[in-house]
Amino acid sequence: MIRSLPRRLAATSGALLLALTATSCGGATGTGDSAGDAGGSAEESTLIVFAAASLQEPFEQLGEEFESTHEGVSVEFNFGGSSGLVTQIQEGAPADVFASANEANMTKLVDADLHGAEPVDFATNTLMIAVPAGNPAGVSGLSSLTEEGIDLVMCAPEVPCGAATETVEERAGLEFTPVSEEQSVTDVLNKVTTGEADAGLVYVTDVLMAGDDVEGIEFPESDSAVNTYPIATVAGSEQAELGQEFIDLVTGEDGQAVLAEHGFQP
Amino acid sequence: MSPASTGLPRWLLAPALLGAALVLLPLVGMALRVRWSEFWELITSESSLAALRLSLQTSLTTTALCVILGVPMALLLARTRFPGLSVLRAMVLIPLVLPPVVGGIALLYTFGRQGLLGSSFELLGIQIAFSTTAVVLAQTFVALPFLVISLEGALRTAGTRYEVAAASLGARPTRVLLRITLPLVLPALCSGTVLSFARALGEFGATITFAGSLQGTTRTLPLEIYLQRESDPEAAVALSFVLMVVAIVVIALARRRPTA
Repeated sequence: MIRSLPRRLAATSGALLLALTATSCGGATGTGDSAGDAGGSAEESTLIVFAAASLQEPFEQLGEEFESTHEGVSVEFNFGGSSGLVTQIQEGAPADVFASANEANMTKLVDADLHGAEPVDFATNTLMIAVPAGNPAGVSGLSSLTEEGIDLVMCAPEVPCGAATETVEERAGLEFTPVSEEQSVTDVLNKVTTGEADAGLVYVTDVLMAGDDVEGIEFPESDSAVNTYPIATVAGSEQAELGQEFIDLVTGEDGQAVLAEHGFQP
Repeated sequence: MSPASTGLPRWLLAPALLGAALVLLPLVGMALRVRWSEFWELITSESSLAALRLSLQTSLTTTALCVILGVPMALLLARTRFPGLSVLRAMVLIPLVLPPVVGGIALLYTFGRQGLLGSSFELLGIQIAFSTTAVVLAQTFVALPFLVISLEGALRTAGTRYEVAAASLGARPTRVLLRITLPLVLPALCSGTVLSFARALGEFGATITFAGSLQGTTRTLPLEIYLQRESDPEAAVALSFVLMVVAIVVIALARRRPTA
C-alpha cells in the first residue's frame, strides 16, 4: 500500500504535467497569433464600475450606451451590497467608479481617502411594501403589517435598507415583528416573489424590477427615509477621465431618464 | 523526516508546502486581524451568544438526525443489491457537490409555503419556512451525505465474514447489526458523525435561502458573521475566529481514531 504510493503519485503528477504542457503549448500558439492584437489593445481600455446591486438594470443599460459612444472602451460592472464593495475597494480591488446605495458607504470611501473627485448625488429611492401577486394576506398599508398572522420580512438594521425600515417604523410609531431580517433587499424580495412571506419592505425600484410576481403598496411614511445614491471616481484610477465621463452620463439627462424608467427619483 | 527516507521524490516538497501555505496562510491572516482587547466582549454580545446557542442547538439536532437516518441509509447502500442501486447511491451524494444555495432553493420549493409538500404542511398548521425547523432541515440536507459516505465506505471495506459467521451461529439480524456490524465500523461512524456536525455548523447558503435570518430563531453563527461584516467587521472577525477554533477541534476529534 505504502510502497505503491510514490508510483501512483508519480503517475498522477506525470499526467498533470502532461496536461499542463498541453495547455501551455495551446496557450503559446494563441499568444503568437494575438501578438498583433496586443499592440492594438493599447488603445482599448476597460472602465470598471463598482455599483450597488439595485443599480444593476439601469447601469447595464447606461454601460452599453457608454460603450457605443466611446469606441474601444468596455465597461465592466461589479454589482453588490454597497458596504461589501467599499471593503473590496479598501482591500485593493481595481475600481474606477463607485456608485453607492447610501451616503454612509460613500462616506467610508471618502474617510479612507480613496475617492477621486467629490461624490455627487445622482438618484434617490424610497421604500415600498411588496406583496406576492394577488396580495393573498390582504395587506393594505404600513399599519396592517403588524397584524397577527402576517409574515413580514424586512432587511436587518445593519444594512442600508434595514436602516431605512427602522426610520419608517419609528416615524409611523409602529413596532414590526418580522419573521426574518434578511441581509439584503434582494433576499427580502425573493421571499416575497416565492410567496414565502406575506409582505416585505423593499425599494420602489425592486418592486418595478420584480414585474408581475409582486405588487407594490405605497405608504406616506416612506418620505421619512429617502435613500440617496452618491457616485464618485476612485482614487488611483487609471481611467479617471473615462470615469468622470461615465459619471457625467449618469448625472446627465440620458442617465436620469434611464434611472427614472427603473423607478429611481432624482 | 526527509522526503528521501520515505521513498518520495524530493521535488514533491515544493508544491506540497505551497498547498499547505495556501490553506494555512488565510487562517493566520484572519487570526492577526482579531482585536484581542475586545475579543471577549465581541463574542459575548447578545446577538453573538444567540447565534452561538442556535448554531450549537441546531447542529446537534442535525447530527442526531444524520445518525438516525444516515446509518440505515449507509447499511442499505452497502449491504443490499437491487437494480438502480448505483444510481441511488450517486443521487444521495448530490448535496455534497451541489452549491448550498441551490440546495436552499430546492428546499424552498419543497417545504416552502408554495412548495411541493409545504401546502400540505400549511393545512396541518405547520409552517416550516422562517422556523428553526427550516434551519435543521437545511443543515441535514447538506450534512447527511458526509455520514453516509464515510460509513458506507467503511462497511464495504469491512466485508461481511463476521456477520455471516454470527448468523450461521444463530444470531438474529438485529443482534448481528448491533453486536458485530456497528462495532466494526465504529471509527468510521464516529468520524462521519463529527464531519456531519461540522458541516451543519458551517451551513450558510441553504439556510439563508430557505430559512431566513432572525436572531435566536434562524440566524446561525455563519449568518451572524455575514451580517456583522456589514456593520461591525471586528465582530465578524472575532466570531470567524471562534468558528475556526471549533473547526480545528472538530478535525482533531475526527482524526483521533479509537484503536481497533
